[in-house]
Amino acid sequence: MTLEYILFILVIVVGTGGELCLGRAMKQTGELERLHPSDAFRLLGRALRLKWIWIGVAMMATAFFSLVTLLSFEDVSFVVPVTALSYLVGAVGGIFFLGERVSWQRWVGIGLVCIGVTMVVISR
Amino acid sequence: MSSPTIETQPETAPTPVHTLHLKTYLLIGIMIITGPVGNLLLAKSTKQVGEIRVWPLSELVGAFVRIFGSFTIWAGISCLIAFIIAYMLALSVADYSFVQPAAALGYAVIGVLGVLVLHEKVAPLHWAGIAVICLGVSFIRGTNPRTTGDSA
Repeated sequence: MTLEYILFILVIVVGTGGELCLGRAMKQTGELERLHPSDAFRLLGRALRLKWIWIGVAMMATAFFSLVTLLSFEDVSFVVPVTALSYLVGAVGGIFFLGERVSWQRWVGIGLVCIGVTMVVISR
Repeated sequence: MSSPTIETQPETAPTPVHTLHLKTYLLIGIMIITGPVGNLLLAKSTKQVGEIRVWPLSELVGAFVRIFGSFTIWAGISCLIAFIIAYMLALSVADYSFVQPAAALGYAVIGVLGVLVLHEKVAPLHWAGIAVICLGVSFIRGTNPRTTGDSA
């Protein structure tokens, strides 16, 4: 049971934290100017030189292997609704770690997405 | 608590709003197809292996060797690489708190693919959940995709 809780925390908090680190790096690289593969790869190359990318990748890899382990002994229908919490964790992280402004309209949208994802998964 | 300031490339000129929206939607479009398909393939490959025991270590290593020997996991990983590239590019353009929940539209893609391609029966609650996700994303879509940097 304790292992289960640790894995859930790793999947939700560390996984979302990793994505937030990617977000931080991508805000530093500057915006993708044209939807062209050469521009995309140049931008990704620039991103790979930033420390936030590697911190993010390490955190996401930890979360990924935790999820694979969790899914091997827990039902998907139990795991995924809990991980829907990552949308809320992500929005809070967006505000405090990335300096984003989350309006009430976006909060409503995020809340609905959490509910909808949970409904989809428990229907299986 | 004050918001963190993140240094961005100074030479970037402000992006016209329609270009910002087009890029964001296109990249999210790639994410909502490659993400769910990749996860499905991954789930399939781990189910084929069965329960993973983390101890003794030889059991764990053996399980990972079995998983990574299957074609399904490599197809899944390829999809997820495409997903993460699209995700990173989307994050260069738009907010994390915009892109992450909008990518939940992937659940709608899964539902539709299930019906059209796999001829699965999709429960009413599943469709209701998809409707709620779409409603949520429509709220998010009504907000400015980027609230930091030059177009804030």
